[in-house]
Amino acid sequence: MGKTRLETSQSTVDMSLVEQVPGKKLKDNLRAYTMVFALLAIWLVLAIATQGTFLEPRNLSNLFRQTAINGYLAIGMVFVITAGHIDLSVGAVAGLTGAIAAMLQVQWLPTLGAELGVAWLQAGWPSTIISIVAALIVGTIIGIWQGAWVAYGQVPAFIVTLGGLLIFRGAILGITKGINIGPMNPTFQGLGQAYLSHTTGIALAIASVALIIVYTIMSSRNKLKYDFPVKPLWTEVVLIVLYSGLVIGFVIIMNRYRGVPIPVVLLIVIAVICSFIFNRTQLGRYTCAIGGNLEAARLSGLNVRRVMVQIFALMGILGAIAGIVLTARLNAATANAGNQFELNAIASCVIGGTSLQGGSGSIPGALLGALVMASIDNGLSMLNVQAFWQQIIKGLILMVAVLIDVKSR
Amino acid sequence: MQKGSGALLDIRNVTKDFPGTRALDNVSMEVREGEIHGLCGENGAGKSTLMKILSGTYPYGTYEGQVFFGGEPTRFSGIRDAEARGIRIIHQELALVKQMTVAENIFLGAETAKYGIIDQMSLYSETRELLRRSGLNVPGTALVRTLGVGQQQMVEIAKALRGHVRLLILDEPTSALNDAEVENLMQTLRELKHIGVTCIYISHKLRELFDIADRITVLRDGRCIGTEATADITEDEVIAMMVGRAPTGRFPSKTRRAGKVMFSVRNWTVRNPENKDLYAIRNVSFDVRAGEILGVSGLMGSGRTELLQSLFGEYGFQPSGEIMIDGKKCKINSSRDAIALGMGLVTEDRKNTGLILMHSVTHNMTLPSLPNLSNGPVIDTGLELASTSKLIKELNIRAPSVESKVETLSGGNQQKVSIAKWLMTNPRILMLDEPTRGIDVGTKYQIYELMDRLAADGMAIIMVSSDLPEILGMSDRILVMHEGTIAGIVESEEANPEKIMSLAAMGAREDRRSNS
Ligand SMILES: Nc1ncnc2c1ncn2[C@@H]1O[C@H](COP(=O)(O)OP(=O)(O)OP(=O)(O)O)[C@@H](O)[C@H]1O
Ligand SMILES: [Mg+2]
Repeated sequence: MGKTRLETSQSTVDMSLVEQVPGKKLKDNLRAYTMVFALLAIWLVLAIATQGTFLEPRNLSNLFRQTAINGYLAIGMVFVITAGHIDLSVGAVAGLTGAIAAMLQVQWLPTLGAELGVAWLQAGWPSTIISIVAALIVGTIIGIWQGAWVAYGQVPAFIVTLGGLLIFRGAILGITKGINIGPMNPTFQGLGQAYLSHTTGIALAIASVALIIVYTIMSSRNKLKYDFPVKPLWTEVVLIVLYSGLVIGFVIIMNRYRGVPIPVVLLIVIAVICSFIFNRTQLGRYTCAIGGNLEAARLSGLNVRRVMVQIFALMGILGAIAGIVLTARLNAATANAGNQFELNAIASCVIGGTSLQGGSGSIPGALLGALVMASIDNGLSMLNVQAFWQQIIKGLILMVAVLIDVKSR
Repeated sequence: MQKGSGALLDIRNVTKDFPGTRALDNVSMEVREGEIHGLCGENGAGKSTLMKILSGTYPYGTYEGQVFFGGEPTRFSGIRDAEARGIRIIHQELALVKQMTVAENIFLGAETAKYGIIDQMSLYSETRELLRRSGLNVPGTALVRTLGVGQQQMVEIAKALRGHVRLLILDEPTSALNDAEVENLMQTLRELKHIGVTCIYISHKLRELFDIADRITVLRDGRCIGTEATADITEDEVIAMMVGRAPTGRFPSKTRRAGKVMFSVRNWTVRNPENKDLYAIRNVSFDVRAGEILGVSGLMGSGRTELLQSLFGEYGFQPSGEIMIDGKKCKINSSRDAIALGMGLVTEDRKNTGLILMHSVTHNMTLPSLPNLSNGPVIDTGLELASTSKLIKELNIRAPSVESKVETLSGGNQQKVSIAKWLMTNPRILMLDEPTRGIDVGTKYQIYELMDRLAADGMAIIMVSSDLPEILGMSDRILVMHEGTIAGIVESEEANPEKIMSLAAMGAREDRRSNS
């Protein structure tokens, strides 16, 4: 019923109101640009300090790989913080799910296989897939469980996830008995350590460019369908060229070392999917609404509790992905894997302009934030700066980033 | 340095731009020492913006032009500077910390303290004095969130009166007050005038302006149209100045005709969730027909808002009774159930329960209707924009673009956005709680026309209002509430102000007998 009336309305669109609609305006993006410039400035300083080594393909490849794990968590954290909550348990969730995957592959499945006399449970693809799926399921269940405490139990997320942090850390110790669990099967390791072959990388880059073009055409079509003005052709072309250039340039640089790292591919895919969820779906819109004005959201008929559970479930899945990739990269599960990752994830979000008050957030911003954090870690260790200085500097950068953000509002 | 004229306040050629809008365009006006100066104009005319300049909310340098206060040019860099010169403002939107007490709010930022330790005794005794002066009868220790909107407004006034006040600015102070409270406020203002406080009084209620103001200035589209002595001008002339043409009647003629009963409530009883032994609503039964507007009248706190919210599934402890739509019994446990059954509720407090101020016009308007605007979970943004801009045009909402944040719209336009939000869901039963609060006469007329049109298309409308002329002018039948019960239901032909007021004040006679 609602739909019919709305659709008959297309002819009466008031042009003066929608003229500025296509995309965001430059002004709105200024903050995002500040972030990009800040990152480039940091890179420049580090490049000069390391006499260029920082910007070599080999190091950039490392840098992006280091960004990936924090990136998964930061993306999930954008949802949680935008909804006006916080998740302190993500590092522990990553650690626990990673440990479960490792235990499955290294001990439980082989034992089970021996008991049942099934050879294919010992190692190889089947055991890797089972371990990954199990870790993802555990992550989701943890997310739903914590979300339910927050939504239905009405216990503040800070407390629920602080409790979760302790519980999951304890569980990791219990499962691993405090020793390293490894090594992993090569098929599993690949998730953290492998690279796309050069040709696959280029092929995917070309496919992405094609997707960008198709997407641009489709969104202009959609605007025309509703009689909205479309951007002039040349701006569309410039944008397409810019984005395509970024994608292809990125792949070429990565290929000059070993190719695009698998964790980075995963990060890009997740970022695209989650940005879409955040900006274009009801879940995303409801996330912002709940964080923006809970009462108004409730009275608008939103199922606030279900949305909260969904957000925490998403966070749990992303935590599990981080855990899997971490285990793969280290080629083992360790008792303190993922320690303090939650703080990095929160810091990345905040650097990227997500408001701790809730109501607004940005996934590309969080990725930039994650890249800033990783760049500092990476650059400072290249310069042999002692670890304690790295922590102090990261802390200061976090505060300065938010200061700039607040002042530029 | 240029010197101002003899007036207390002299505004010269003030222009203020926002991205995409010129809110004030070369405005000049004078306010004389000791007068009550009325200010009116349509929604978005720039009244609040001008007052924010006077009170230092928009500091010197963010606007063009000059403001002289007491003959001296003002260069306020913030609200504090203006306060130090004795300028106080009560903003259109309430700005109290709900979790704190009345006294803590009144002295927020100006506590008497020694070494940072607040002197509780002086805090509460001074508060008592201020509350007495503003005629508010609540203890200083009461938490603000336990007060009604009207009482909160009085707390704002008490807050503005602390310390030395030369110029008091009130931006639509009465939009949330009932008649008794308005009278109380008028009395307070007259007393203040008596002791030499100058006052600028913004209101959409011309009756009030003519009652209290010495002179009236009209703004239109950011320009000053003129200032006239109240004695030399009529209400219709002011309206003509505001809208730029001769006024039409206050209420549109009816085109709607009542049809079949669409919405029925039987023995509706709701307990107060804060205190489960108290009834918020008791034994309320009524019907609304398709094509009918049922007005709900009553005093502040008589349970009107609670009635609407509980019917919408969002208020009260263990509601009992029956709700029937088209003769079928319905179970409404939450606003989602209500929306699915074709109900909509425009809440009375747009800032706290209606809108998400930091989000755009579009996002606010489509929030309850997203399922209709999506393919699966994915929002069809084109359709979303098309339906938004259609309603923006239909309701004549003034916003720079559909992407503008709601907090940048004028108060009246915010109110229209919260109505539009529910029209978008295409409800069959629309409940409106104070639908024209803070809305100018021209727009009120448009909203009345809209209500009539919607009813003529077969909608059942329930309208809660504290504005008696509005209740009398728009309702087909009037339900009067008294302390959570129905004091009476009056047909519009038989209704008159005295009858409604007496029902509201003392309830129906039988009701009183059964209570005692
Ligand atoms: N912060 C802001 N950013 C952008 N535009 C604004 C901002 N504040 C006000 N405006 C615009 O300035 C104009 C004047 O607004 P103002 O609030 O002064 O109107 P008003 O006369 O007080 O209306 P109302 O009776 O509805 O309260 C409006 O068009 C409004 O959209
Ligand atoms: Mg205003």
